[in-house]
Amino acid sequence: MEEKAISIRGLGKKYLLGVGGGEKYRAFRDVLANSVSGIFKRREKKKNQEFWALRDVSFDVEPGQALGVIGGNGAGKSTLLKLISQITEPTEGEIRIRGRVASLLEVGTGFHPELTGRENIFMNGAILGMTRAEIKKKFDDIAAFAEIEKFLDTPVKRYSSGMYVRLAFAVAAHLEPEILLVDEVLAVGDVQFQRKCLGKMEDVSKQDARTVIFISHNMDAIRRLCRRVVLLENGRIIMDGGADCVIDSYLTLNSKDRGVDTLKNKIDQLPADPAFRLKDIDIRQSGKSTLQPLASREVEIKFNYDVLETRKKLFVSFELKDMDGKVLMESFHNGSETDPTVYKGTYTSTAVIPANLLLPAAYELVMYFGVFGDRNFYKPISVLLDVQSDGKSNMVYMIRPLGGKIALPVKWETKQLRSN
Amino acid sequence: MNSDYIKIIRPKRGLVNINFKELWQYRELFWFLALRDILVKYKQAVIGIIWAIIQPILTMIIFSVIFGSLAKLPSDGVPYPIMIYVALLPWHFFANSMTASSQSVVGNSALLTKIYFPRLIIPTSAVISGVIDFCISFLVLIGMMIWFHVVPTGNVVFLPLFLLLAFSTALAIGFWLSALNVEFRDVIYTIPFLVQAGQYLSPVAYSSSIVPGKWKLLYSLNPMAGVIDGFRWCLLGSVAPNWTSIAISSVSVFFLFVSGLFYFRKMERTFADII
Repeated sequence: MEEKAISIRGLGKKYLLGVGGGEKYRAFRDVLANSVSGIFKRREKKKNQEFWALRDVSFDVEPGQALGVIGGNGAGKSTLLKLISQITEPTEGEIRIRGRVASLLEVGTGFHPELTGRENIFMNGAILGMTRAEIKKKFDDIAAFAEIEKFLDTPVKRYSSGMYVRLAFAVAAHLEPEILLVDEVLAVGDVQFQRKCLGKMEDVSKQDARTVIFISHNMDAIRRLCRRVVLLENGRIIMDGGADCVIDSYLTLNSKDRGVDTLKNKIDQLPADPAFRLKDIDIRQSGKSTLQPLASREVEIKFNYDVLETRKKLFVSFELKDMDGKVLMESFHNGSETDPTVYKGTYTSTAVIPANLLLPAAYELVMYFGVFGDRNFYKPISVLLDVQSDGKSNMVYMIRPLGGKIALPVKWETKQLRSN
Repeated sequence: MNSDYIKIIRPKRGLVNINFKELWQYRELFWFLALRDILVKYKQAVIGIIWAIIQPILTMIIFSVIFGSLAKLPSDGVPYPIMIYVALLPWHFFANSMTASSQSVVGNSALLTKIYFPRLIIPTSAVISGVIDFCISFLVLIGMMIWFHVVPTGNVVFLPLFLLLAFSTALAIGFWLSALNVEFRDVIYTIPFLVQAGQYLSPVAYSSSIVPGKWKLLYSLNPMAGVIDGFRWCLLGSVAPNWTSIAISSVSVFFLFVSGLFYFRKMERTFADII
């Protein structure tokens, strides 16, 4: 108990949702009016709805440990950080913290557009909990890290958004608390700067042995920075363990059939054709239907259909397009058969896209059904294939996504011939 | 820094006491926030300073013409304009600081929802920025006193005490209104009215000597009445203020201040949730 950096027991945070839902603030005149009218008629007391953003959360963090917190939107991740950083008060439970805490809930907090870069560094440093002496000592490092030395005396409002973000992160990155809370800061800046930030974060947690709690949707970043991960869902911890194990189960849990139902609807509403009946399209990975497959595993596209009339060059085909609408590839179900005739009957055709060929990016999958040179049975059916990263590949260069449209499975071999 | 430092976060119940040690730890942030307000305000230096000079002078001219020349109210033996200007100094300081302080918490909502620091810093540092305006206006006063050949008396040493009283009044109301404003967003609309009504309920445009004796006690519940009388006494050596009234003013400020402090502390627990 004594050596823990953070120790949380039975933590809970309750919010009251107003009955109206939409109204956030009360108006003083309404309160006055209500209490006056309340004298004349007894009003039924409106009950506020309770909502537990976080409940029964308990865990410890060892000093120097980097803990990742993941979970879907509204799982309670940000509430947890707000409680630890004392921005809001818990409804129940207790947090014990040993050491100075600094939180980076959003970079650039307290920046004032009228003030110069120099003034904002001091301002922001003070807000984040640095003393004047500390800021002075690190001032040059901060300016250099942000690459804004030339613009130190320019008001921040004239900065480009990139410069603004760089400066903001630079100040935050030079904090030296024992415990650092980070929420999604890596979503900012250009790719190069993101890498720089990640590197800095890595230094903080690994070399300086500082305790870090890191919240992110970026599984690559979490996997890289944290050895232990806590998974939250609906305000409760549902998993706590090694990063790989928790992230993997989160990703499988998360790849529920978003969009799969829409595809089924599209198929149900297709017009009837005398020659062809499409019964089902199933896009699957690891035995489950999904439109958010992982890049690291095979994707199967399974077509179930009836051919009602024997025809030559009857085809089922698909294209993959990038988000700019450019066709990346095209494939026919019987393209390599010797007999172009498709006979009457019930069929299943399965196309397999090999593992590690798609990038973690969005693709459009467009499927065609017709008789070549004659007609298409339907308008093409198109779905969005949102390929996910499992964070295991490309660990060193975390540019996301990698350049290009697809990932060619390139074989690398590097030998060290001599160590000089 | 100090890794033996343990903080325990638990739900708080009932009255929340004031953590002076923590306030002291955050003193740098306090100055930075005040400095930020000042820097931003005077960034367009010329306009900021000119406004600080013009506002009281114009008010002084209007009041002197209406109350001095037209209504012919007594001025206790000093030129009417200077009598008014001496009252406008603390009054404008109070009005500006109180307004800034009342709006400060909502105005800093971005900070409140992102970073922890003792929330009391916000309304307090907002009052500080009014001090600069006060200093500028005070320089103008020195010029005017030379012009009108008014020599301040030795009482001038008590001036800081009355300034402190004005400061505390602004802060006390600032505590109340800034916290109320978080929950009830229409509170700020009452502030201009409060300032305007207060200006006539305080002896800004006239000398408090015209207030009938039987109302004097009630009148002195208004802390700014005591402050203004005090300023006139210190700078112009006019009628000495009624010390009973000053005592009553001070006590009423004290209660307003302490209750505001606790109300603020009670409400600040939910600031980040509802702001």
